[in-house]
Amino acid sequence: MNGRHLIFRGARVVDPSQNLDAFATVEVQDGKIARIEDDIPSRDGALEVDAAGQVLVPGLIDMHVHLREPGQEYKETIRSGTRAAAAGGFTAVACMANTSPVNDNRTVTRHIVEEAAAAGFARVHPIGAVSKGMAGEELAEIGEMVRGGAVGVSDDGLPVKNAELMRRALLYTRHFGVPVIQHAEDLDLTGPGVMHEGEWSTRLGLPGIPGSSEDVIVARDLILSEDTLGKYHVAHLSTGRSLEMVRRAKAQGLAVTCEVTPHHLLLTDQAVAETEFSTDMKMKPPLRAELDRQALRKGLVDGTVDAIASDHAPHHPDEKEVQFSSAPFGILGLETTLALCLDRLVRPGLITLERLVDLLSCGPARVLNLPAGTLAPGSVADITFFDPEKVLTVDRDRFQSLSRNSPFGGWELRGAPLSTYLGGRRVQL
Amino acid sequence: MAWSRKDLLGIAELSAEEIHLILDTAESFREVSERPIKKVPTLRGRTVINLFFEPSTRTRSSFEIAEKRLSADSLNFSSSTSALTKGESLLDTAMNLQAMAPDLIVIRHGHPGAPHMLARRLKAGVINAGDGAHEHPTQALLDAFTIRRHKGTLQGIEVAIVGDIEHSRVVRSNIHLLLKMGAKVRVAGPFTLMPAALETLGVEVCSSLEEAVTGVDVVMMLRVQLERQARLRVPSVKEYFRLFGLTKRHLSLAKDDVIVMHPGPMNRGMEISSEVADGPYSVILDQVESGVAVRMAILYLLSGAREP
Repeated sequence: MNGRHLIFRGARVVDPSQNLDAFATVEVQDGKIARIEDDIPSRDGALEVDAAGQVLVPGLIDMHVHLREPGQEYKETIRSGTRAAAAGGFTAVACMANTSPVNDNRTVTRHIVEEAAAAGFARVHPIGAVSKGMAGEELAEIGEMVRGGAVGVSDDGLPVKNAELMRRALLYTRHFGVPVIQHAEDLDLTGPGVMHEGEWSTRLGLPGIPGSSEDVIVARDLILSEDTLGKYHVAHLSTGRSLEMVRRAKAQGLAVTCEVTPHHLLLTDQAVAETEFSTDMKMKPPLRAELDRQALRKGLVDGTVDAIASDHAPHHPDEKEVQFSSAPFGILGLETTLALCLDRLVRPGLITLERLVDLLSCGPARVLNLPAGTLAPGSVADITFFDPEKVLTVDRDRFQSLSRNSPFGGWELRGAPLSTYLGGRRVQL
Repeated sequence: MAWSRKDLLGIAELSAEEIHLILDTAESFREVSERPIKKVPTLRGRTVINLFFEPSTRTRSSFEIAEKRLSADSLNFSSSTSALTKGESLLDTAMNLQAMAPDLIVIRHGHPGAPHMLARRLKAGVINAGDGAHEHPTQALLDAFTIRRHKGTLQGIEVAIVGDIEHSRVVRSNIHLLLKMGAKVRVAGPFTLMPAALETLGVEVCSSLEEAVTGVDVVMMLRVQLERQARLRVPSVKEYFRLFGLTKRHLSLAKDDVIVMHPGPMNRGMEISSEVADGPYSVILDQVESGVAVRMAILYLLSGAREP
């Protein structure tokens, strides 16, 4: 219904790409933003939408999710994962390559793009693997995958361990303008670790993952990105020290960006003890210490952090309902991120609503070079609506996701997604 | 006070009063083991399941003897003889056991938190007999019982705990218990076997065995858990013994009436010399004896039974 003509009235329109935060009227025609003005007269054939009490923002983008298809459809599918995205207020996601088979070639990339288009709940931008089979040896066919729709490369789930391969990836991706997204983890320092190494791992007797496991890889990669001028992005950055290194690299003018997750902004390693070993508190990187959490929050405020991404990682209850050390790493995020950020970051005044939209929409669009993250006239009408005052209690049994592994079940949050539009069409769940 | 917990999962959550109650109750059970007929009818008709996912000689036989002396019906599942090796999940094992309606379950498991998982889901009381490197509450209680018998009190006592701190559940339970009871604790061991931020638990971390044992009332040696290390974190047994092996020379630095403890099994010539293990300061076999009385007390308290 691309010919459709819509006029949204009464909403607070927040678009950091245009420095806009005002009550305004938004007109959408032919799937694109036609104009935004204080008032727009009614037109014949235009559908009027009353959006009073709602906030209208450029469609939110979660630049780090795992949709599990192909290969692990019992955890999530492209269909269920994009339904979760839409329910959470997201119009687009970037999905990681650690599927089975790995997304290391154009055929898998096309499959993901086509399945997502057929489902129609949210745009899906595949992230291709850095290396063939994510084996960390030879470069995957990055050019072919970009031609098929990939917007970045990452072996996420695993780090690019070999420094020479990372150097090659940073050089080669310059041809395509896509970032190399690093899961920064030194697996030798992680060893058998299952939670952050510190007071709580010591109290609980669980093997720790030191912060240095992330930091030594970030430090190495920043040196390589300086030498190669490649685009480098740190996935799920979790330590104060890594953040400080990214801050300095940015000041130096390097093409370096980073994302943080809602759980690293809101929870610490103490949560493992408080929940008596809940496996919903187990993910990589692990929930860190309070000082790290404070540092990440500071990075949101001062602009060092480019994006908030959920690292949505579905796992079946049979896999998660085991003893802590045996459970897989990862938690859900798509259906809680927006509400968590509105209630726990914006409402207490840590960041403004405008900054939040930057982190959840404009920022990811910049990092991945997507034609999104803006409501400028002529841009595709991907729009998210939410109600900042609506109170919801997170009910995991009502998730669209096939999995239930969220640590936020039962949390009462003020601020709730209402609807999303893709190319001017309302997404129907 | 009266006991009110369904489970005994760790020392961290116990109050000093609860610890006193267990130790005092154990005193009254100690006498049973000295009778010619070592059996009381306290737990007659009660079912206790001993569920051991890790090998154990001392702890398991100690629990079994305690159960038999209390006349409980007890049965053993161990990982080599049951469905535990057939890939059944811990949760399924638990639900199957629940269906047999036991009163108490004693569990040892290699993973921290496994007993907590059972306790959340079972009506039966759960006793943690060691979960990974997390807690081993009955060991700490029998250690405290032993110290109290020799020193009269735990208040103000100085204790040095030496060895492989990182892999030890015994040390964690002992630190919690000793600090709650007013003792002071020093720890020492190779820094490559020392967990992060240990001082936040309220102990003094020493860099040598000599520093740790100087002037203390109790030296508690820990086993180096060779089987839990993918690669040995100390260069050799010889070097370990030279740095952290307890010998008579070290004991001369401690108080004159120092006692030496070890939760067993010992690696003689690694963390402790035989002359010390078998010497006059050693109370290692007293610890084993105390174990039965303390476990009888715990079984009794958790079963909610009346006085013997």
